[in-house]
Amino acid sequence: MRNLSLAALGSLSLPLFFSACSKQEKEDFLQKHFKEMSQEEKRRVIAKLEQRYLEQYGKEFHVSTQEAVPGTLWGYGLELSKCIGCRRCVYACVKENNNSRVSPQLHWIRVLRLKRGNLINLEDSEHYYDPEIVPEKGYVYLPVQCQQCENPPCVKVCPVHATWKEPDGIVVVDYNWCIGCRYCIAACPYKGRVFNWAGPNIPKEEINPSVHYLGNRPRMKCAVDKCTFCIQRVRSGRYPACVEACPTGTRKFGNLLDPKSEIRYIIDRKRVFRLKEDLGTEPKFYYFFES
Amino acid sequence: MGRLRETLKETWHFYRRTLTLVTQGGTIYYAWCLTLLLFIIVGLIFYSKQHDAGLIATNMNDQVSWGLYIANFTYLVGAAAAAVLLVIPSYIYHFKPIKEIVVLGELFAASCIVMAILFVMVDLGRLDRFWHMLPFIGKMNFPQSLLAWDVLALNGYLFLNLLIPVYLLVKFYYRKEPHWKFILPFILASIPMAVAIHTVTAFLYNGLAARPFWNASILAPRFLASAFCSGPAIIIIIFQVIRKVSSYNIAIEDEALFKISELIAYAMFLNLFLLSAELFKEYYSQTVHIASFKYLFEGLHGHNQLVPWIWAAMAMNVIAFFIFLIPSTRKRLTTLNLGCLLIIVGVWIEKGPGFVIPGFVPDPLGEIYEYIPNLLELMVSFGIWAFGLLMFTLLMKVAIPIETGEFSHTVYERGLVAQKPYG
Repeated sequence: MRNLSLAALGSLSLPLFFSACSKQEKEDFLQKHFKEMSQEEKRRVIAKLEQRYLEQYGKEFHVSTQEAVPGTLWGYGLELSKCIGCRRCVYACVKENNNSRVSPQLHWIRVLRLKRGNLINLEDSEHYYDPEIVPEKGYVYLPVQCQQCENPPCVKVCPVHATWKEPDGIVVVDYNWCIGCRYCIAACPYKGRVFNWAGPNIPKEEINPSVHYLGNRPRMKCAVDKCTFCIQRVRSGRYPACVEACPTGTRKFGNLLDPKSEIRYIIDRKRVFRLKEDLGTEPKFYYFFES
Repeated sequence: MGRLRETLKETWHFYRRTLTLVTQGGTIYYAWCLTLLLFIIVGLIFYSKQHDAGLIATNMNDQVSWGLYIANFTYLVGAAAAAVLLVIPSYIYHFKPIKEIVVLGELFAASCIVMAILFVMVDLGRLDRFWHMLPFIGKMNFPQSLLAWDVLALNGYLFLNLLIPVYLLVKFYYRKEPHWKFILPFILASIPMAVAIHTVTAFLYNGLAARPFWNASILAPRFLASAFCSGPAIIIIIFQVIRKVSSYNIAIEDEALFKISELIAYAMFLNLFLLSAELFKEYYSQTVHIASFKYLFEGLHGHNQLVPWIWAAMAMNVIAFFIFLIPSTRKRLTTLNLGCLLIIVGVWIEKGPGFVIPGFVPDPLGEIYEYIPNLLELMVSFGIWAFGLLMFTLLMKVAIPIETGEFSHTVYERGLVAQKPYG
């Protein structure tokens, strides 16, 4: 009897709950997890998204669901001795990946400024350095972004499987499945995850309409997102935006499974290390110095 | 047919009487309920603001991504787990004074769990996708994610803490001896479950190698020890309030309160001991992992917002420990209540904000951000506390007359024989 009345109360309050949501939220409410959608369902979701983006941003979007290219495992190289701390990568990334520009301004790459003589203890790092000219004397720069761990703690802790590692090693998020609990943010040792504290603010003229479902499509409020090595680019044979934007050639990228790739050349011939290797996360992001 | 009609009639009678019970009371009762209702409504208004704007309406950010909500959640899970301190002496050792009030303790635990779950729900960015977390219906990451474990453990414990008291109360209502063979396994199960909810909640933080402040194996034992202080302290206060304001002769004896406070003394000793073990390790070895402790206890690079709070908490806990340790102060209601209040506040600071926030400061890339909850977070939190208190008040309003035999099956009501249901 008690349960019955509870159920009745619950069903009565449901319309109330729905009336508090936007039309889009209502449409999306029962959307399945990306990996459980059939091809047909994916097509329908993509069509819906492209229609919405057209209405919102006034541009024809192409939302890709391209799968991992067989035989690829993406790896990243970053030559610390070359980075000048100019943050061009940061802003190229924001633009390419349709990150929110203001309130909140969200960056997937963070460049830390460290006093020379120190690399491991990040407590003395400066995240918001803002000099006239870089590089500054006496400092080195350490860019950090998602390290695409082979053993990602963020994936392990997600209570709903909203994030996973793709066959090409990229850790992705189904933004429509994330419940916004932010457990992954607590679990990530690299601050690789960024939360959409509000809906994104992107100027219409700066929107990038070439997007991937698991990558740079405009996100929604209160879902988590992260660097995907520009999944929309690398799966069609292009470099990530940060690699292209870097003026000093600090950033390298390639297929770890290809012995002739640039990243393999670096691992074989340079002195490489990975951030916080002691945590056992096995990042695929290699920092290196000229040997 | 006759039986069905009889049952329906009885159900109707139960509902009508329940309604009368919860709607009738003195001025204080009305004032209390209306105040709580007011807080709930204000909380709801603020929450709807947060729901529309997103979590940007709070003061949380990418540096400190959990705040007041999760702090309250952690504390309340502990308070709920503490009901086990009543269950063990009453059902296992048949300590009679506590047995009289154990049903109330279990309903208290249920109210705490409901509040804890509400705190998680307001913390979720996407409440509309809450169903993704449900087993079978959604896509629960079990057994990998400790949050999935927590959902199961909390709901399991909530189920037990509703089933047991409701079953017993229904039996009392019918003035029948409870079928112990049926209910005892559930009662016994609630003991390990109480330990489990708090252990799982501790593991939720404990498993994160990225956060050295939480990544210490002493965490779960510390959680349990502090929970066994704060929960019973709240129960002692609440029981005295019930004894004062209830118009029924509910048997809450001083003896029971003193027994509970003795248990608090042991728990507080353990809590302080475990804390000092952790402090020793961090301060003697002085590795980089000490940063969060420094932030909490002495301030880090000039950021010292939490320092007065944690030292106040330490002082409260130590004073309370001595109050509960010395029999003469433990067995005087004024000092006992002072000790309880000190513990409730002290442990809240230590296990709430003093535990959650330093985990994020400094963050994994060394950034220091000083988080302080804003008005919205405070009002939403007050709203949830008010909801829990109102729920508990209404439950008490019905449960106590059933316990004392004043509210029972129609058959018995005619004679109005004030006979206790058991013992």
